Amino acid sequence: MPDRQQTLSKVLELIEPFNKKGVAVSESTRFAQDLEWDSLTVLDFVANIEDEFDVLISMNLQAEIESVGQLADALEKLQA
Amino acid sequence: MTDLFSKFDPIIDQRDTLLRTGLTDPFNLVMERVESPTVAICNGRRTILLGTYNYMGMTFDSEVVAAGKKALDEFGSGTTGSRVLNGTYAGHRACEDALKEFYAMDHAMVFSTGYQANLGVISTIAGKEDYIVLDIDSHASIYDGCALGNAQIVPFRHNDIEALERRLKRIPEGAGKLVVLEGVYSMLGDIAPLKDMVAVSRANGAMVLVDEAHSMGFIGEHGRGVAEAQGVIDDVDFIIGTFSKSVGTVGGFCVSNHPKFEILRLVCRPYVFTASLPPSVVATAATSIRKLMDSADKRAHLWENSKRLHAGLRQLGFTLGTDEPQSAIIAVIMPDLEKGAAMWEALLNEGLYVNLARPPATPAGMTLLRCSLCALHSEEQVGEILGMFAAAGRATGCIS
Repeated sequence: MPDRQQTLSKVLELIEPFNKKGVAVSESTRFAQDLEWDSLTVLDFVANIEDEFDVLISMNLQAEIESVGQLADALEKLQA
Repeated sequence: MTDLFSKFDPIIDQRDTLLRTGLTDPFNLVMERVESPTVAICNGRRTILLGTYNYMGMTFDSEVVAAGKKALDEFGSGTTGSRVLNGTYAGHRACEDALKEFYAMDHAMVFSTGYQANLGVISTIAGKEDYIVLDIDSHASIYDGCALGNAQIVPFRHNDIEALERRLKRIPEGAGKLVVLEGVYSMLGDIAPLKDMVAVSRANGAMVLVDEAHSMGFIGEHGRGVAEAQGVIDDVDFIIGTFSKSVGTVGGFCVSNHPKFEILRLVCRPYVFTASLPPSVVATAATSIRKLMDSADKRAHLWENSKRLHAGLRQLGFTLGTDEPQSAIIAVIMPDLEKGAAMWEALLNEGLYVNLARPPATPAGMTLLRCSLCALHSEEQVGEILGMFAAAGRATGCIS
């Protein structure tokens, strides 16, 4: 099982192609407010995350994830 | 006091900016008179309609109109009630019978709109422990059906068979699964690879719902849609459709062979808690559906129109949503909203109405001029349409 740091760096890597504003991304970066992603960008990004980690992140779960750190936590839980 | 409307400021600003340039508001057009399925008077000018969903041109069919008038005389202007109380007249049953015959299916349920059909069926059949797997480019009514229910919602990349399969395989063992697909995706006019998607869904134990709103009457040997054309209609559990496109009036429906289907009439809230369609509407729908069963010549002419417009626009240098014409919808991709709105207005001044479509309705933030053809567009009209696109395209600098 990959450790959290590995999960986080993979998440950061997958964020980059969608980081059109060139925001400096950290654990506290929020997808909607800071990265200014619209719903379609979120769907594309989540699809990539799902395939990378071989998990399902339903839209219901997405609604509870606001920040990069929360996503890494959720991925840890899903892979546990 | 916080103004609850402040959240709309960005869209208000965007709209103001667009209109300040002096453009006609593309979302506020009034048709002063409608002469036929293909011609209306807009701003006092005779305008060819290339942005309606009147694919089979049934709105002015003399038998359809006569059936509506007769029902209006015999049953009055409205039912003033729910389908499950006082709102089911002989005409509603007759309309459901016509649908069962059209699709050769055991059950049919008529809703007040197509939006409500998706809202109702999706939210009702998928419960809290169930999963709905849907194409990312699904129509708003499908997403809203998901939002109204309690199921886990899992979107997959548009028309990607492997992405669908991977997600189905990740769903926990034993959970109920519903795959929601569309036959024709209305923004780009592309069709779904239903043959493979339905097979993958079934192989993974999922029920399948297909929205055939934009294919009914036109695609497939009997006009039953893309699932029929690709030979998988018998493996589809639920087909959702609408009367507001090829049928030429308003209303929605679901047809199915599921043995317990009729119970939905009691448990589906968007079916129960709304007034049923007026008698004149179900009478026009039933008459139109029966005529659509026998419209092979019109279907063939509509394909000809679609192919000709697609090839002609391409030749003029426009970028289109699909490489080949796949439906009656041809989407012209515009570089941005400003250019799209300018082109839309130039076409209107030429005497042509198309749909201007923009995010969030469109995929990938695209601005589209969406053209939908009608079986009653004549060969001459398609020629005229291409001439108007050439003139407007050059005037706005969209083509050289």
